[in-house]
Amino acid sequence: MNIYVLLKKTFDTEEKIVVSNGQIEDDGAEFIINPYDEYAVEEAIKQRDAHGGEVTVVTVGDEDSEKQLRTALAMGADKAVLINTEDDLEEGDQFTTTKILEAFFEDKEVDLILAGNVAIDEASGQVGPRLAERLGMPYVTTITSLEIDGDTVNVEKDVEGDVEKVLTSLPLLVTCQQGLNDPRYPSLPGIMKAKKKPLEELEIDDLDLDEDELEPKTKTVDIFLPPEKEAGRVLEGEVEDQVKELVSLLKNESKVL
Amino acid sequence: MDFELTKEQSMIRKMVRDFAEDVIRPRAVEMDINAEFPQDIFEQMGELGLLGIPFPEKYGGSGGDTLSYAIAVEEIGRICGGTGLSYAAAVSLGASPIYYFGTEEQKEKYLTPLAQGKSLGAFGLTEPNAGSDAGGTKTTAVEDGNDYIINGEKCFITNASFAKTIIVTAVTGKNDSGKNIISAIIVPTDTEGVTITSNYDKMGVRASDTAEVVLENVRVPKENLLGDPQKGFKQFLYTLDGGRISIAALGLGIAQASLEKALEYAKERKQFNQPISNFQAIQFKLADMSMEVELARNMVYKSAWLKDQNKPFTKESAYAKLYATETAFRAANQAIQIHGGYGYMREYEVERYLRDAKLLEIGEGTSEIQRLVIARQLGC
Repeated sequence: MNIYVLLKKTFDTEEKIVVSNGQIEDDGAEFIINPYDEYAVEEAIKQRDAHGGEVTVVTVGDEDSEKQLRTALAMGADKAVLINTEDDLEEGDQFTTTKILEAFFEDKEVDLILAGNVAIDEASGQVGPRLAERLGMPYVTTITSLEIDGDTVNVEKDVEGDVEKVLTSLPLLVTCQQGLNDPRYPSLPGIMKAKKKPLEELEIDDLDLDEDELEPKTKTVDIFLPPEKEAGRVLEGEVEDQVKELVSLLKNESKVL
Repeated sequence: MDFELTKEQSMIRKMVRDFAEDVIRPRAVEMDINAEFPQDIFEQMGELGLLGIPFPEKYGGSGGDTLSYAIAVEEIGRICGGTGLSYAAAVSLGASPIYYFGTEEQKEKYLTPLAQGKSLGAFGLTEPNAGSDAGGTKTTAVEDGNDYIINGEKCFITNASFAKTIIVTAVTGKNDSGKNIISAIIVPTDTEGVTITSNYDKMGVRASDTAEVVLENVRVPKENLLGDPQKGFKQFLYTLDGGRISIAALGLGIAQASLEKALEYAKERKQFNQPISNFQAIQFKLADMSMEVELARNMVYKSAWLKDQNKPFTKESAYAKLYATETAFRAANQAIQIHGGYGYMREYEVERYLRDAKLLEIGEGTSEIQRLVIARQLGC
């Protein structure tokens, strides 16, 4: 099976993020594999181990994305492709990424593409489905189980806490939700082997694209941090009075009722 | 000069940090209370290849360098000093001597399972009456046909209760000038006459196993002798040079943890209507801690780097061990001070850091011995 994983480098949102002049400060920020993409990498490796084939991890990013690709190789992926847009593109959005990936997949034999459900930075969840649409293949989002038997695929999909069972076929694109698997730690031998695995670097030129075709369709108006949480209030007195006070606060002060 | 870690080194740091945070942190307090050695955690560490970092693949290792190994010890020590100590002892003392001095057969037979994490190693040097004075070893190994018969007593041996092999130092004879010849011999722990008991109730590093080993007419084949029979003493001095780097890295991890806990607490804790991190008295402590942690890190990494470059590192590893472990003690002590009364309570963990750090100023060469090593390197 030819298995591909779409991987994005994101900020580690557990680390402190600094926004200045409407931009997230790159210096000192920690970058990680988008956690949902880790489920995709893990699932790709498991499916390969069960059915044979090869796992290729693809990212659209910059030179520093190599670290995240090497981590995926250390987990057990076979090959990696870095489509480096650093020198060619000032900005991009989901349209840009989809267009680049579409060009990349044009001449590829694909059985299965896995992506994260969303990236934790911009959380649009669009690239996977849009790419499937462009490639003319079926897709299922937020999957929590994937069973492949020949060309038949049984998928379980998370729908706001409920499970939807989908029967479909290869080739297929899925986006991965928490609960699908437990991503492995890259082992030491894995890390040492990763540096010998092939990592191909492409630029948009190599995909016969030019920057005009890739101009984003959306505009970022502002980037800001969520407001700091204000101190809570503890209501006092008899429970009955507290309930009354709470209802009145919800009605009159926060106006949610 | 280049102070950047390689991609592999920073990937190893991330992996070990994630592992330590996810798997070890939730149990660190409880393992300290119960003095419980986490055998299952070591199994997982073995599967991840952590026990074989500095050994080549052909002996079941991961083919990494000393610096990667030091980083791994630092990251585990940052979460649990006891687990870190057992890890450092397993690799630096239990497995490394076989890699440095073993025959091809010994490496295949004994190093491979240690590097793969399938068994744990230990190093039996200290005796009730031979600590800093390792030359005063009383344990003897007497030739008998094709065997050695070993008699003696070893104390404070890390990992011994869980080890399949212990490298034991013993007197095998006298040289021309009448001085004892000390050799190292690999003793499988299931050999008849080996009794291992773990009755110590320790102040710190309580998740680490520490045991007493009694050897009573223990018969092992002569082929278990490790390295050159005449140079046993030199060999374990070299082993201890390497071990110092790992203990230094462990101190660095505890110092880093102390700094992090203290900084986090200082920013949250309010007195006089403001976070205590606004006060210079606290700021000066945090500034000193942070500076010392970074200086310790530079020395630890440099000594690991020297070893990887096959350059002399005796003096530098003594600097690293001395400075990083004393930094750990100071940082943990200041972390408690910053926490005030809360810091004295176990659940805030900083008091454990202090108890764990204390051992590092004693084990694998006391701070005083490190100063002697340095002075000798200076030509005194």
